[in-house]
Amino acid sequence: MPEETMRVVTQTEGGTVTIAPEGDVDLARSPTLRAALRQALAAKPQRLVVDLTGVDYMDSSGVATLVEALQTARRGSTRLVLCAMKERVRSIFEIARLDGVFTIVDSREKAATA
Amino acid sequence: MTSNGTHIRLQMVSDPTYLSGARELVSAVSRRLGFSEEGSGQIALAVDEALCNIIRHGYDRRRDRPIWLSLNPVHDEQNRAQGVTIVLEDEARQVDPEQIRSRDLDEVRPGGLGVHIIREVMDEVRYERRPGAAGGMKLTMTKRITQPAPAGETGPGPCARGGA
Repeated sequence: MPEETMRVVTQTEGGTVTIAPEGDVDLARSPTLRAALRQALAAKPQRLVVDLTGVDYMDSSGVATLVEALQTARRGSTRLVLCAMKERVRSIFEIARLDGVFTIVDSREKAATA
Repeated sequence: MTSNGTHIRLQMVSDPTYLSGARELVSAVSRRLGFSEEGSGQIALAVDEALCNIIRHGYDRRRDRPIWLSLNPVHDEQNRAQGVTIVLEDEARQVDPEQIRSRDLDEVRPGGLGVHIIREVMDEVRYERRPGAAGGMKLTMTKRITQPAPAGETGPGPCARGGA
């Protein structure tokens, strides 16, 4: 089977880039999210918001992708914020004890100032 | 707790495309066995993580190697569903089961979380080498029903023989 892709919507407004993946983020699809995050971070925006409204499921490959993005963001002085995380997705961050490492807020509006 | 034997045995190739199908199968069957939404989601997560580990580390991301997934309900002496045992087998290179461990979570870095997640959400986890010339590893993991799904959300289940 060919490499599976997922829809990732990227928006730029001022110094903020917002990335909104849609669908399950697992080993088959996390490379698409990784590519979108790398592209966004290459421009070193002030703020990178990952809107998880459209993500019902994430496994550790998705979490690893976001950890990698967080490390890159910190090196480039970009503030990385995760928002609109569903309970099922949040639970894997809690199991991995990463819920305190990321800035996680309820909505895209709150992400603008978090 | 005893097992009814294997009720489902699925062979798949080591292609990540099929992870979602394996998750949905395991999640749906777990719900029917009496697990809550959260419990069935945790079982699906454990299966996903275990499959990912086989694909990435066992088969070095080759997409055409075999993986077998077996699902066995477990029940008590009155034949009431008590949980589920999932067995994953492969023909990947063998490793010392003692070396399959969770990593230190204080270190924030990508990767290496799969084994920790599996051990966290399942009640019993056992890795062993598969016997035979084909080699490979065998992972057996069991989760017990602690918080049943609300009434009406489960079917009669394979243990309730003689029911409606």
